[in-house]
Amino acid sequence: MEKFTPFESRLVVIARDNIDTDQIIPARFLKTISKDGLGDQLFFDWRYDAEGQPRPDFVLNKPASKACQILLAGDNFGCGSSREHAPWALTQYGFRAVISTSFADIFKGNSLKNSLLPIVVPADVHAELLKDPSGTVKVDLPSQTLTLPSGRQAQFPVDDFAKHCLLEGIDELGYILKQEPAIAAFEAAHPAGIDTRA
Amino acid sequence: MSLSTNKPRTIIEKIWDNHVVAERPNSPTLLYIDLHLVHEVTSPQAFDGLRRRGLKVRRPDLTIATTDHSTPTTPRGFPIVDTIAKAQVEKLIQNCKDFGIHCYPLSSDKQGIVHVIGPELGLTQPGMTVVCGDSHTATHGALGALAIGIGTSEVENTLASQCLLLKRSKTYQVRVDGALKPGVSAKDIILALIARIGIGGGTASIFEYCGPAIRSLSMEERMTVCNMSIEGGARAGLVAPDDTTYQYVAGREFAPKGAAWDQAVARWRQLPTDDGAVYDKSIVIDAAALEPMITFGTNPGMGIPIRGAVPNPSDISDPLERDSLKSALAYMDLPAGKPLLGHAINVVFIGSCTNSRISDLRKAASVLKGRKVHPNVRVLVVPGSQQVKAQAQAEGLDQIFRDAGADWREAGCSMCIAMNGDQLQPGEYSVSTSNRNFEGRQGKGARTFLASPMTAAASAIAGKVSDVRELL
Repeated sequence: MEKFTPFESRLVVIARDNIDTDQIIPARFLKTISKDGLGDQLFFDWRYDAEGQPRPDFVLNKPASKACQILLAGDNFGCGSSREHAPWALTQYGFRAVISTSFADIFKGNSLKNSLLPIVVPADVHAELLKDPSGTVKVDLPSQTLTLPSGRQAQFPVDDFAKHCLLEGIDELGYILKQEPAIAAFEAAHPAGIDTRA
Repeated sequence: MSLSTNKPRTIIEKIWDNHVVAERPNSPTLLYIDLHLVHEVTSPQAFDGLRRRGLKVRRPDLTIATTDHSTPTTPRGFPIVDTIAKAQVEKLIQNCKDFGIHCYPLSSDKQGIVHVIGPELGLTQPGMTVVCGDSHTATHGALGALAIGIGTSEVENTLASQCLLLKRSKTYQVRVDGALKPGVSAKDIILALIARIGIGGGTASIFEYCGPAIRSLSMEERMTVCNMSIEGGARAGLVAPDDTTYQYVAGREFAPKGAAWDQAVARWRQLPTDDGAVYDKSIVIDAAALEPMITFGTNPGMGIPIRGAVPNPSDISDPLERDSLKSALAYMDLPAGKPLLGHAINVVFIGSCTNSRISDLRKAASVLKGRKVHPNVRVLVVPGSQQVKAQAQAEGLDQIFRDAGADWREAGCSMCIAMNGDQLQPGEYSVSTSNRNFEGRQGKGARTFLASPMTAAASAIAGKVSDVRELL
């Protein structure tokens, strides 16, 4: 995982509550066995018409969106399925952060494992961004600070462990495997009740 | 590690405490996983990760795989015509072979939807921690297990270490008092709960369903309730085990036998929530006041009683909420303020990990028996597993469905997620016993009304959204 560094970017706005993972990437694209090519399928059914042509009025198809690294969305972003294809598609498009008033649990966990920062802001900060989303927003993870175009600063919560992993570029599995003695001790004390191969 | 404390605990805390491998300050808990269910869609990239790191599967004996999501429901002898889906199914079988995991392939008489076969085979047992790369893993909570849906990185972590790094969730008591009236079912309980708390209402929480109405549900009905915990935003949902649970588990293939069974039951009897245990949140639902429920919108929280009216956006003050309802009604092409009852439909789907078990099929069949499906409606009945299919056929349910004019299929997720070719055409309406009504969930442009198997069967006959109580 790459180290998560401070950055600034303009916003892509999808001002809808409860954007589910079926919208972020429709299920028919989950038949892939790789992680590649998902950025093109991001928000596919909102982004392309029945003939597969880009809908010019959808925000991701506007030329100015191409360089944007932050998505501003409504409440409970990422609800629905556990598909990690959702953060894969978002990061492959170029997003490094999503700002919302809340995130669904599994999506949030999946995002943090893929260097995509879910930023939870209070309703008034969200409203200010929605009101004038044209400026540049700064994201600083070490200080957990979001700087709005107005210069206003907002703190955002991040779990300590996830923050450490993001900043250092550590993936969880390496950390888990270092705890081998504890895992082995647990297994010795707790014999399994089933054998699926029996 | 079990904590020696006298503080009354919920079943959620007890199962959690029983599985703590390590806890460090400022870090999530390393939690041991007793059962890992694997399917073709969320696992290929995880197995690739293991290969890249040169790791093996730590506990193949606690891991089981099946194919269900992208698989056809046409007769099993037919080839998988979708070459991408075929490659995915073959990849799972190869991965299982390479890493020593037992897999129930399409040809197996034990194949089925991963959340149907886990309990059916006796793999899921009370007190276990269960994970699967699928958000409906909470289904297994019906047996008194802590069952959590995970993403592909966590599938890889579990394959490699049999552990997950997790933060403790809040505990959320969902007490359902009273008794259900005829025509009202487990599906209506969970749809009513989600309509009340919203699809984000349980975020960061684990539900414990309790109360007399939950106690009186069969194990399969409890699975229906727990299944849709994620639609309420919860990480998991469970029901404390009782005699209904033990009777269900007893004698199943992987259930403990003999002296081990007695020891297991004695252990399981310690699991229910202690008197005086405190939940972070609670809600009470009166089962007697519930009616059959149906969703009208594009998320499962947009539900109403079958005779209720679709809400009006102009009654909502929050602008984003109002816009959500407006765009939902535009997508569904429904007028605000009018009842859904009597709305014409094109398709009825009876199946999915929510409602594809034998009791669901019996309920649907009891409504369809001796009646005909409306000529404008296509009905797909998809059993949750090959064992459910065999049982239904032994009882003659397949014949009832066929005689009524419904299509009787092989087991799989089918039209719930529409990855396998079973789908609606753009603009079509379905009454579906599945769990999600998101835009495009049942096919691009598809419009889904979620309901119980009985409501689905009644609607199939009438060709429109119907109140099953008129047929009882």
